[in-house]
Amino acid sequence: MSPTGDLQQHFITWALRGKAPETSPIVLGRRRVFVLPTLAGLAYSAALTLMLIGAINYNLSLGYATVFLLSGLGVIAIFHTFRNLAYLHIAPCRAPPVFAGGKAHFCLLLTNLRALPRLAIRLKLPLQAETEIDVPEDSGIEAILELPAPRRGWLILPRVKISTSYPLGLIRAWAYVAPKMRCLVYPTPAKQAPALPMGPGEDGGNSGGNAGMEDFAGLRGHQAADPLRRVAWKAAARREDAPLLSKLFAGAAAQTLWLEWDALPARLDIEARLSLLTRWVCDADRADLSWGLRLPDKTIPPARGDEHCHACLKALALYGRD
Amino acid sequence: MAGTKQPPLSARQSLWLIAAALAAFLPLAPYLPQWLGIMTALVFIWRSALLWRRSPLPPRWLLLLAVAAATLAIAIYYRTLLGRSPSIALLVLLFAMKTLETRAARDGFALVLLAYFLVMTQFLFSQSLVNAAAMLLEVTLITAALLIMNHQRQGGVRALRQAAVMLAQAAPLMLLLFVLFPRVNGPLWGLPSDAYSGLTGLSETMRPGSISQLGRSDAIAFRARFTGRPPAQRLLYWRGPVLTRFDGGSWSMDRVFPRNTLPYSAAGTAFDYTVTLEPHNKPWLFALELPGSIPPEGLLAADYQLLAKVPVRSRLRYDIRSYPGISAGLDESPAILRQALQLPPRSNPRARAMALSWRADIGIDDEALIQRMLAYYRRQLFSYTLSPPLLGEDSIDEFLFDSRRGFCEHFAASFVFMMRAAGIPARVVTGYQGGEMNPVDGSLIVRQFEAHAWGEVWQKERGWVRVDPTAAIVPSRIEANLASALPQGEPLPFLARPDFLWLHDLRYRWDALANTWNQWVLGYNPERQREFLANLGMRSPDWQKMTITMTALCGVLLAGFAIWALGSRRKIDPALAAWNRLSRKLERLGPRRVGGLGPRRVGGLGLARFPWEGPRAYAERIAEKLPMIAAEIRLIAAIYEELRYGGAASREGLKELNMRIRRL
Repeated sequence: MSPTGDLQQHFITWALRGKAPETSPIVLGRRRVFVLPTLAGLAYSAALTLMLIGAINYNLSLGYATVFLLSGLGVIAIFHTFRNLAYLHIAPCRAPPVFAGGKAHFCLLLTNLRALPRLAIRLKLPLQAETEIDVPEDSGIEAILELPAPRRGWLILPRVKISTSYPLGLIRAWAYVAPKMRCLVYPTPAKQAPALPMGPGEDGGNSGGNAGMEDFAGLRGHQAADPLRRVAWKAAARREDAPLLSKLFAGAAAQTLWLEWDALPARLDIEARLSLLTRWVCDADRADLSWGLRLPDKTIPPARGDEHCHACLKALALYGRD
Repeated sequence: MAGTKQPPLSARQSLWLIAAALAAFLPLAPYLPQWLGIMTALVFIWRSALLWRRSPLPPRWLLLLAVAAATLAIAIYYRTLLGRSPSIALLVLLFAMKTLETRAARDGFALVLLAYFLVMTQFLFSQSLVNAAAMLLEVTLITAALLIMNHQRQGGVRALRQAAVMLAQAAPLMLLLFVLFPRVNGPLWGLPSDAYSGLTGLSETMRPGSISQLGRSDAIAFRARFTGRPPAQRLLYWRGPVLTRFDGGSWSMDRVFPRNTLPYSAAGTAFDYTVTLEPHNKPWLFALELPGSIPPEGLLAADYQLLAKVPVRSRLRYDIRSYPGISAGLDESPAILRQALQLPPRSNPRARAMALSWRADIGIDDEALIQRMLAYYRRQLFSYTLSPPLLGEDSIDEFLFDSRRGFCEHFAASFVFMMRAAGIPARVVTGYQGGEMNPVDGSLIVRQFEAHAWGEVWQKERGWVRVDPTAAIVPSRIEANLASALPQGEPLPFLARPDFLWLHDLRYRWDALANTWNQWVLGYNPERQREFLANLGMRSPDWQKMTITMTALCGVLLAGFAIWALGSRRKIDPALAAWNRLSRKLERLGPRRVGGLGPRRVGGLGLARFPWEGPRAYAERIAEKLPMIAAEIRLIAAIYEELRYGGAASREGLKELNMRIRRL
């Protein structure tokens, strides 16, 4: 790391004073809001110095007045900028789970207890673009921070830099906060996956012409291995960009779908297995099936619905991580 | 900031920047060469049109070309690029061109800084009250543009108000700095030679027509405030340059030997007064004839002309005393008398011949000769006019025998010439005659159109005696004013006209205000500052004391602002406070009830309200977990909802809410 970067890191550690992650709500007290002039502020003071020299040289009384008024404005800007940020309340709100490779969205609740709005508040995560937001007077607003989620598991919200240079852009006030907040990152669903392991009975007994006995059970994403006659053409025709779906039929006996770790080929490594299972969970959920998940260290009994789906994906996300 | 790409300016931001640029340019426009003003206006129109049609800005090479061409034009126009006027012209040009190059926030900020700078440059030309008011408006507008640049979504009116509020907050600081910032007398270095161009006033030389030129200007030369009653109007001869040398065409000042002692003894009635002299960039002061004291800024020359130690380049105040009845020069040195008889050989033969024939007639009686000359003016029907005809080489001859129309310099010059030709030492004195009393603040205002020239002759028993030939022809010029002396139809300066009395009254008021402004704001120089601070109780103020006081007082002010910035935590809505109290109560209450054995700190039912939970959702969650208080909690939530969002917050409702939460 470069010396300046090193220094910056030290400063951030000091600025947070070892409190990370902090308990909410975080209040930006006056001791943790820092204020320094921006480049524009330095240019402004240089211009004022030049103007002052001009006023002295030409004995311009109103020149003095102008320079002093503008200097006063610069000084007042410090307080306005500081006030714009100080005593802002920050609380973690929610961070909906995402699939690895996507973007996690951390939602922070910014609360302003003052009778004046706080304008142009900028939030920034390391290496990410800034988000600018206005916090209206006497209320709160949710700021959403985007962060790439490359790996499954818990994604901890890194320290957030909250800054503002409102009103004049001459001064910047900033503070670092590290709210206790994490986002669950599911494994990436495999792009290519075999059909759902529907159980032994399904293929043998029901694949014949005994169409009348088949109960339509739902739809799922079409896969190369699905027979053509199972494509849900009607569903596909409804929207132009709709993906091809395959009809699923519940067999004669209502079968339970078990998504099993051990059933996968032995040559696959852990991440590939998780990825495949994730895909299956998603497929099964989309087809509104009832399924169970069996991992080496955990078994989730068959069920259906969002909660169940989340539980399965969470188990997959945290496999071997807890 | 470095490295990150700056966002482009929006159309709205650009519009505000153009408005700010226009505001900074307009007050300067009258002082720029016309073609540059028009060009700048065209650039602004072009920029606005581009904005209107959402067209892209012109390419950089085109701008560079335009700047180069215009710079060349400025260099040709002024014949130089150095000096004050060309620099300002160049600045305005670059400023206008910069509006065509506002792509990113950085460009916008550069434009704002330039605009602030231009606001100040207008004071090089004029520092009137109007300019000060214009400065405030411009700064407000430019600051609003800066606000909008920093916060794109902000409304225009809101930005203007915010700018005004911030400037109002900056005003106390400005006042403090203005009063206490240690002033130094400029310039810090040599000023460009044209720094004081455009100042009107008397000059070192006088030729026919030079004073009637001033008669068209109603600019103020100086103001005088008498401690007692001012002298009569006909005694108000303000002595300026004394012109002894004559080369046939023009009169000029002699080499003078300034001293700081009076060459004569004071006698007669004394008048004490304070003169506030407008800058005229010449090394002399004005005083009533004859000065009885010498101000510290000046010296007295051998010809009783009050000289300034340095050219008067900023408004100057001095206290002085005069004795109108004094007689001086009884024992004048022969060298000076010789000089006062000098005439260029062979010039104006007719006048010379007439003077010699008169001398032969009259003999040695100087007084009779003077009276004869004055009678000559009256008898020959000389006329007094602001627009005399142009005269040739022998100007005195032409005036005395042919044209017979002239302004005071013609009369003074011909009179002095005749006296010298007749062997009487004489010289031309220029200055101002008269003045106008402002009844509002009691100061006497002397304007350029009151410029005057008169004669001074030396007589053995009386010394130097003032003789004003103009008074012989038009006594009303001396007794009253210029307007009464000139025939009808002469083009008088506006302020010299006798009509529009109500306007005169208004003008007096305005002028009294302007005078106060000049004295206290524009004339706030190192001397005035020391005087003022001493009056405020600072003992022997010097720059160290001023700096310390300034720092301390600024510190106090800033501390006040700091308290404002820190201590303005809004008092929380009492209903919300009660609601938060309920949440905390439930949070504490949960584990105690459930755990049974005293307060357990860990665990709990998670009964605290989540920050994002609305009152109804919270009440339902609590009701589900603690069914025994379900009804009560729903009621409390309903009351809270009504209080916080129902519009009219009633005191009874609040009381009930607090009571119920307490009882829970």
